[in-house]
Amino acid sequence: MKNLWSTFKNASWLGWQMESNWAQPWLFFLYAVVRPIAGSLLLVVMYMVITGGTTGALFAYIYVGSALFMFVAQVLFGAAWVIHEDREHYQTLKYLYISPANFYAYIMGRSMGKIVLTAFSVVITMLFGVFALGLEMPLAAMNWPLIIVGMVLGLACITAFGLALAGISFLTARHAISMNESVAGIFYLFCGAIFPISALPVWSWGFAKAIPVSYWLYIMRMAIFGADSDVVALDTSMSGYDVQTGLLILVASTLVLIVVSVGIFKIGDYIARKKGLIDMTTAY
Amino acid sequence: MTTTASSYTRPSWVKMNFQAIIGRSLPRVIGAYREPSWIFMETIMPILAIAAYVYIYKAMEAPPQYIGYVIIGGAMTAYWMNVLWSMAAQFYWEKEMGNLELYMMAPISRMSILGGMALGGMFNTSVRAVTTVVVGMFIFNIAFKLDDPLMFGLIFGLTLFALYGMGMMFASLYLLWGREAINLSNLMTDPIYLVSGFYFPVKYLGVLIGAAASIIPITLGLDAMRQLLFPGFGDGFLPVWVEMATLVVLCFVFFVLAKYMLDYMEMLGRRDGRLTMRWQ
Repeated sequence: MKNLWSTFKNASWLGWQMESNWAQPWLFFLYAVVRPIAGSLLLVVMYMVITGGTTGALFAYIYVGSALFMFVAQVLFGAAWVIHEDREHYQTLKYLYISPANFYAYIMGRSMGKIVLTAFSVVITMLFGVFALGLEMPLAAMNWPLIIVGMVLGLACITAFGLALAGISFLTARHAISMNESVAGIFYLFCGAIFPISALPVWSWGFAKAIPVSYWLYIMRMAIFGADSDVVALDTSMSGYDVQTGLLILVASTLVLIVVSVGIFKIGDYIARKKGLIDMTTAY
Repeated sequence: MTTTASSYTRPSWVKMNFQAIIGRSLPRVIGAYREPSWIFMETIMPILAIAAYVYIYKAMEAPPQYIGYVIIGGAMTAYWMNVLWSMAAQFYWEKEMGNLELYMMAPISRMSILGGMALGGMFNTSVRAVTTVVVGMFIFNIAFKLDDPLMFGLIFGLTLFALYGMGMMFASLYLLWGREAINLSNLMTDPIYLVSGFYFPVKYLGVLIGAAASIIPITLGLDAMRQLLFPGFGDGFLPVWVEMATLVVLCFVFFVLAKYMLDYMEMLGRRDGRLTMRWQ
């Protein structure tokens, strides 16, 4: 247990240093603010062009979903990229194998840098939405315990996905960066991140509901806007799920996902060692 | 028969640079296709993210031409990403891999190396872009009305020429940078998608932002291509001929600037000994 914590702590520190120490603090702050706000503004402008400037439930749905989705994109990308970065760029992956560090704890720790940075970006984006764009998010009406539980479960679920991708990354070339983006793209399209799942063709609803991230975003919207709000009611495909049911599904699917992702990671690790891919470099 | 020192004839400068262009472009084409998963990941999967933007418009019950705007914009994102990561940031990667000093030693222009990267990158990226457009048209039932294919081809060609010229110019900056290169490229994704109107007509951002964003060739190229593919909707920022003329100017400006900046940055790099610094 002490080894796990030590690995996690030091990997977190390393991850944070790698995320933040490339620039002066003011430049790093700018970087952490500009990109996420621009990403959200992109959707805002699309919305404004069509609606002519009126904000409503759909606007809130899109804005909050896009802000929360930053966690999915960043953590998925971060966890899987650790393998490529350490194997090919810094060429340190083989040294991890001969150290007493726990590999899972190391990847979780390295992902923490991304999570902290993303959390900062999400908060900034939300504040920008409230103060600059008139997004209605009354703090007093929010279900804070549900937000905390939802965030913990959501991050566990996303990190498990990241771990599975990291396992696959053992076997792929450097351009597997597109694999991470593709998985994020699937979630972006099917999980109700920036539009209600009910806007998708009916045949795809079953697939959308099989992805735990869909329930995470649904629960977070219920926690922020209220279970009976217009924002939550927009997605008619999820109307049969109350808070308890949504949470139950999210907990169960996250547990299953953790087991599956550890399995995928172990298989990837075993094949990579068997085929001698641990110090592979695939630059071209 | 072996070539002796006395019988060796040095190839002409033009021939060497031509060989450098071909030599640097081939690994991009051949290397990528050695990994079959690339074809699936790079051609089919990006459509998912584009489809998400399509469904936002569908959820808002937007006019159908907006779905076409997203598909064309989504296809052009592939070129922007290629320029950012495989042109501009490439010298950073080459430095990390230890290839940069080999390029510096070779008796060829750095522009030829970058030209080769551009050529190979354009080929790969065009596969992705064409797939995006064709699959997008098929899935979302979008019909384009192309009355002037010659003008469309000219605008598209000029856009790519100017864009890759801009990539060469950026490459000179990235030549000296360390990890800032990665973060700068990241920073130039979403903000550029926003100001260049990748997913909506740029005219809705207003004249000032539109004019400022026109320094990025895709802004005007995309706007002109949309006007040619979806005529009659009045969503254009400037007349097509004005956008074409501006692209011609941008082509010239970026290539000249790229040449001067590459030479200058190389001089700085040599002087400060930063051309071989790794893992910074």
